[in-house]
Amino acid sequence: MAVESASGVVSTPRAVAVAPHFRKSPHPLQAALVRTWRNPLGMFGILILGFLAFMAVGAPLISPYDPIVQHQGKELLGPNSEFWLGTDELGRDLLSRVIYGARPSLVVALMVVMIGGGLGIAAGLLAGYLGGWVNAVLMRFFDAMFAFPAVLLGFVVIAALGPGTTQVAYAIALAVVPSVGRLSRSLVLKERHRDYVLAARCTGAGSGRVMFLHVLPNAVSPMIVNLALIMGFSVLLEASLAFLGLGTQPPTPSWGAMLNSSRAYLRNDPWMAICPGVVLALLLLGLNYLADALRDAFDPRRVNAGL
Amino acid sequence: MGTYVLRRLLQSIPVVLFSTFIVFLVIHLIPGDAAAVLAGPNATPEALAAIRKEMGLDQPLLVQYVLWVGHLLQGDLGKSTLSGQPISKLLQARAPATLELAVTAMLIAMLLALPLGVLSATHVRGRLEWIISMIQSLWLAIPSFWAGILAIILFALVLRWLPPGGRVADGNNIGDSIKSLILPATTLALYIAATLSRFLKFNLLEVFFDDFVRTARAKGLNEQAVVYKHAMRNAMLPVITILGVQFASLLGGAIIIESVFSWPGVGGMMIDGISNRDYAVVQGGLLLLVMLFIVMNLLVDLTYAFIDPRIRLGDA
Repeated sequence: MAVESASGVVSTPRAVAVAPHFRKSPHPLQAALVRTWRNPLGMFGILILGFLAFMAVGAPLISPYDPIVQHQGKELLGPNSEFWLGTDELGRDLLSRVIYGARPSLVVALMVVMIGGGLGIAAGLLAGYLGGWVNAVLMRFFDAMFAFPAVLLGFVVIAALGPGTTQVAYAIALAVVPSVGRLSRSLVLKERHRDYVLAARCTGAGSGRVMFLHVLPNAVSPMIVNLALIMGFSVLLEASLAFLGLGTQPPTPSWGAMLNSSRAYLRNDPWMAICPGVVLALLLLGLNYLADALRDAFDPRRVNAGL
Repeated sequence: MGTYVLRRLLQSIPVVLFSTFIVFLVIHLIPGDAAAVLAGPNATPEALAAIRKEMGLDQPLLVQYVLWVGHLLQGDLGKSTLSGQPISKLLQARAPATLELAVTAMLIAMLLALPLGVLSATHVRGRLEWIISMIQSLWLAIPSFWAGILAIILFALVLRWLPPGGRVADGNNIGDSIKSLILPATTLALYIAATLSRFLKFNLLEVFFDDFVRTARAKGLNEQAVVYKHAMRNAMLPVITILGVQFASLLGGAIIIESVFSWPGVGGMMIDGISNRDYAVVQGGLLLLVMLFIVMNLLVDLTYAFIDPRIRLGDA
């Protein structure tokens, strides 16, 4: 493929000196994404994420049963030909519940990235670019937020709003704002004295334009890595809060809540605790690997230096 | 050192004020205030107003906050809406279990993280480092509560070595107490250990390229002395800072692990509080954990300054 060979050329220093004369190099972002896909870990992450996203979207089409229908007289069955993963204490099909359970995890992860990531990046840009009292107020606010472990912040938000999937997403979004904000602030501080920022200001661009159209695109790669990590964090925290009974409420299936209800049946029906855990762990592993691969892809020197 | 301690103490005042204010707000954010819960659904508006007045809920928010802090300073954390018991008493009953779990987990984590971090740094790009980092990233992908459940299945139900849950806090039966602590503390510790050892590895690797390490090697010191006497000391500084941050996730993790192993700590109390709409209890638990965390961070910063003179003299 043309794109792949082009990126291969770019990643070796010897060819870089030659390449610009006769071939337009691909956009750095595109090249990094191709490198991510070529990295086995990155490919694993993308495939897992894609597979689970497919499961979440296509759940009504691929799951064999309605996840909340109780098949009476068929409670606590082991895996069999009728119910491939068995049934739970209320006779509900575990496979269907595992498939539908992908929904709250991914919905919360997406919401957190959009709300928490968006607010954090905006706050960091403001603090780093404007400095002064804006910076002071935001940084003190972040400091104070760090005094709350994320789970506790979840408790505060859920105590106020009541348990539920959306509430959990708000809680986690709030919890990630300080770390995203700090990262984007540090990136902006690095960028704001570069020549291109000065050049943009000389042409009369206002603060907003410089921040969002000039500084932000140049600071985007560490942010993408950070957002992949945040997705993993959100999936984990969503499952934890659901496990504690504070997230997605029954009968809607979620992996965390399924694991919680399995605890009463560990002695005789341990499989109830296995399947939701396996998919959850796969998703987390995939997201971790994806973040690692993205980090390597955005910074090829790191790989070459062996660090 | 004295000025640094003073400066650091002063710096933590706004953080304490802000976080106590957030904890204070818990009671006020809830739909339908505490007075309505206490008065019950059939209360007349007059009775409700009387209760609100008695609880001070008719005062401005800031006044209520100051009054609340005043009560806190006298050790009065309010009463459980449900049982009427003072919160301070509930916390006294629950806090030792959570602390025991968190501190034991922290110790186990440090015991594991130090050798693992050093080994993977000294064997960087070798097979050992690869194996360690594979296990670490697999481990970090397993949610703690699922790991706890799997541990219960294996060690308590299949092998029958350890109890599946609960806490034995009987002074006469130390063996059983330790047995009941092993599974929860180790499950919690392994996460912190994975993060800590990774962090130590990267710090060691960075230090390995510093001039003073090259000098130490150049003057013919053996590898042991280079790693432990020169590199370790400098690589440990950021690790100590990260311990403070890790303590937060440890407390958060402890709440979840408590629930897996039916460990009677502060976490269970708070979750019950949320489901019973007994917010005074939630508030008490939050206050304890947040204060613990702030104190821990303060201690970490002070230790850091004590070890590294650059910190306390740097931007004085």
